[in-house]
Amino acid sequence: MKDSYTLKSLAVLLENNKISSKELTSEYLKNIENGKELNCYNTISQEKALIDAEKSDQRRKSQNLRSKYDGIPIGIKDLFCTKGVTTTASSKILSNFVPNYESTVTQNCDDAGLISLGKLNCDEFAMGSTNKTSFFGSVKNPWKSVNSDNELVPGGSSGGSAAAVSGDLCVASLGTDTGGSIRQPASFTGTVGLKPSYGRVSRWGIVAFASSLDQAGPITKTVEDAAILLDIISGHDEKDSTSSVNPKENYYENLNSDIKGMKIGIPKEFRSDKLPASTQKSWDECANLLKTNGAEIVDISLPHTMSALPAYYIIAPAEASSNLARYDGVRYGLRVKGNDLIDMYEKTRSEGFGDEVKRRILIGTYVLSSGYYDAYYIKAQKIRSLIKSDYVEAFKKVDAILTPSTPSTAFEIANEPSDPVQNYLNDIFTVPVNLAGLPGISIPYANDENNLPIGLQLITNSFEEQKLLNVARNIEETINYSETPEKWWLK
Amino acid sequence: MVAQMIEGWNLVIGIEIHAQVNSKSKLFSSSPTDFGSKPNSQVSLIDAAMPGMLPVINKFCIEQAVKSGIGLNAKINKISIFDRKNYFYQDLPQGYQISQYKDPIVGEGFVEIETENGQKKIGVERLHLEQDAGKSLHDQDPNFTFVDLNRSGIALMEIVSKPDMSSPEEAVEYVRKVRSILRYLGTCDGNMEQGSLRADVNVSVNKPGNELGTRCEIKNLNSFKFIHAAIVYEAKRQIKLIEQGESVNQETRLFNTQSGETRSMRSKEDAHDYRYFPDPDLLPLTLDDDWIKGLQESIPELPDQIKERFINEYSLSSYDANIIVSDKATSEYFEDVVKNRNPKLVTTWVTGELFSILNKKNLIIEDSPITSKQLGELVDNIENGKISNRQAKEVLEEMCESGKGALEIIDEKGLSQISDENEIESLVDNVLNSNPENVKKYKNGKDKLFGFFVGEAMKLSKGKANPKIVNDLIKKKLSQ
Repeated sequence: MKDSYTLKSLAVLLENNKISSKELTSEYLKNIENGKELNCYNTISQEKALIDAEKSDQRRKSQNLRSKYDGIPIGIKDLFCTKGVTTTASSKILSNFVPNYESTVTQNCDDAGLISLGKLNCDEFAMGSTNKTSFFGSVKNPWKSVNSDNELVPGGSSGGSAAAVSGDLCVASLGTDTGGSIRQPASFTGTVGLKPSYGRVSRWGIVAFASSLDQAGPITKTVEDAAILLDIISGHDEKDSTSSVNPKENYYENLNSDIKGMKIGIPKEFRSDKLPASTQKSWDECANLLKTNGAEIVDISLPHTMSALPAYYIIAPAEASSNLARYDGVRYGLRVKGNDLIDMYEKTRSEGFGDEVKRRILIGTYVLSSGYYDAYYIKAQKIRSLIKSDYVEAFKKVDAILTPSTPSTAFEIANEPSDPVQNYLNDIFTVPVNLAGLPGISIPYANDENNLPIGLQLITNSFEEQKLLNVARNIEETINYSETPEKWWLK
Repeated sequence: MVAQMIEGWNLVIGIEIHAQVNSKSKLFSSSPTDFGSKPNSQVSLIDAAMPGMLPVINKFCIEQAVKSGIGLNAKINKISIFDRKNYFYQDLPQGYQISQYKDPIVGEGFVEIETENGQKKIGVERLHLEQDAGKSLHDQDPNFTFVDLNRSGIALMEIVSKPDMSSPEEAVEYVRKVRSILRYLGTCDGNMEQGSLRADVNVSVNKPGNELGTRCEIKNLNSFKFIHAAIVYEAKRQIKLIEQGESVNQETRLFNTQSGETRSMRSKEDAHDYRYFPDPDLLPLTLDDDWIKGLQESIPELPDQIKERFINEYSLSSYDANIIVSDKATSEYFEDVVKNRNPKLVTTWVTGELFSILNKKNLIIEDSPITSKQLGELVDNIENGKISNRQAKEVLEEMCESGKGALEIIDEKGLSQISDENEIESLVDNVLNSNPENVKKYKNGKDKLFGFFVGEAMKLSKGKANPKIVNDLIKKKLSQ
């Protein structure tokens, strides 16, 4: 297995018949088997993947390819409904759920000939930033600190998606991001994670967490691959009323690392004494690098940044409390018998949901309750508007904003803070982007003193994914980050 | 009269009408809406609230709601918002109903109703769109409740009145009027038996001059009779409570159609906290000025306008016009018949004989065995003197049985009236000549014999002679 596999490179290998889809798929299935300890996959679609790979090889023979990437296997977060394949949202309540329909995003992948290796572990209902809330157990980060053999969190909620790419259990994967769930685990695993603008990618068929914030996106090894996968999954979907009719661009074809004359904003509110020195150093270095490459660095202010997290932890749970009401044991999923309807609801939901999900349902129910609605929900919405206008103002001055992706690098599974609020701080740099509906990308910049990846985040204005990818590509090209984790699980 | 039973008390009544939008598909999914289909045969992934499913607004339902708003003389809100009304129930798959809370699609309007004291304006507070829930079947199995989701997601319009009605009669008239308007517009079929239109009625009582009483809401009334009966019962119940020195509790009550009583369903304290918030799956609904204008222009003539036209054009009495326009099909039928005919005669025949036949056979006018064309032909033959009114009734009955046309029946039965004066004169002469004694008696003052001569002449003609000509001729001959 070559570490240099990317969507781009595999497309070439397949085209030149250096490898067949079946061989490639088998290779990844073997990696998955060997990497079981990482707990990346909830479901491995061994049989189906091989059949699909054969079909792809047939298409290649008959020159009837669905796209250049036909036959490349990827991993899918277990939040996307996949026809005939168990879809659990890493929750007990859906542990037996097999949809008879395919989400728009995964259908788009299928239409491009991509092959699904299986369903990737994540935090339960995408609620978490360490992957510890999964009913199927924590995902382990392929990276380890040079100073310790302890297992690290991969971040979350798309922890399985990020770890699988990082550990070569797939070449690319699909994640979802509600408050950082793509970018934060990408940052913790040395991968590229892109959250598109709200409305760029269809939400149809994705188990909903917080509808006004959820957005699907790619986790890949390179910025180029992110562009390729975004091309495949994005676009208007009439089945999603919040999906944008803005025409999408051809991101990969138009990828261009020229940033001359661009203005890059450094928001002062993201600076903190608590930021690890190595992260601060990477951030500063990267700004200098962009300057060297022809961009202008501009200090900006996003004054309401510090209110983003509290607002987010009102809005997201509020929506979640309502979105998760459908898991009631009546029509599908887990049902625990009760003496009457209410008893059945209580038992089903008590047993079916984990602690973090329950916590957020309770918070959400509380903030929407009569008498509290104005003080919490309405106030949070006002803050959200203020945050949006912060960015509107900022993007009058700059083309893109550069920040760290996370306030720390990956930490030990055993050291996860027991205080949930402490845990929520993991998303402090990523949450405002969701509230404002903007595209954001996390790219690996360097490794810290423990040899753990440091991710930096770029943000652009809505539907400026092309610009976002171009700046990211510029950095990628310049630094040529090529660190890979040592595959300790193979020993 | 109710007014007497509750003399000395004011009644304050407000009504919420739930009208099912006339649409082939549901409010947020493409499932069909046919009534009476096999359970769970009209359920999409969205209606069943499968994970990841998203609502998409059915534009036709929006159009129907706006049309209804225009018909209710109401303000159309260019921006409206869909909210989630959260509660758990087995037949509510999403765990919330998508409804409109603070920003409905239609704002204030009014309808006019006929009351004992003339026209009265009843205010409409708002009209909003919402999803219907499914249906729980509790009587299918001893251990389980079954759920039928065919109805789940069907579009409803909730039309909220102001508390402007002060008698059960006014309440019934209001619902009748709203139903009639919706039927004219084609936005709701108004079928109350099938539940396409049902009403929640808020009732309170107070002494004149005193402040308003505590109201109770009676849920889910699906006939005019029940609306009336429920209000009467509820008003009396509340008055009795107050007169006994007790107080009325604000609560939701159910009407028992068997006993005619209302009973408490839940009190205000038990009321749900629905945790309304804007549905993040749906963007605010914005309506375009030109689009609204287009709809305004497409609105057909509504009952009030038709009534006025009937009064002006055909000199109908307000009473008759009201009866005819209260139902779209009736007014269309009437207008078909009345074209180029004597309006008074047509009105008599439509509201008299035709209605009595329909009543007897328990039919609605759409299923009338006598088409407007047939009735028109009948009226023509009365008008041109071919048949008498009495004969016409006979023809109508035959028409109803055989479906034949008026002329055909008249010919078959030989009913055609004799109006030829010469022919009748010979009949009259014949009668007078064969009864010289009676002629003598008549001339000597026995006036009553006039009827005898007429009767004999008619008998001789086998009833076909035009009675007016017979009368005139006998009078003329006897005075000679």
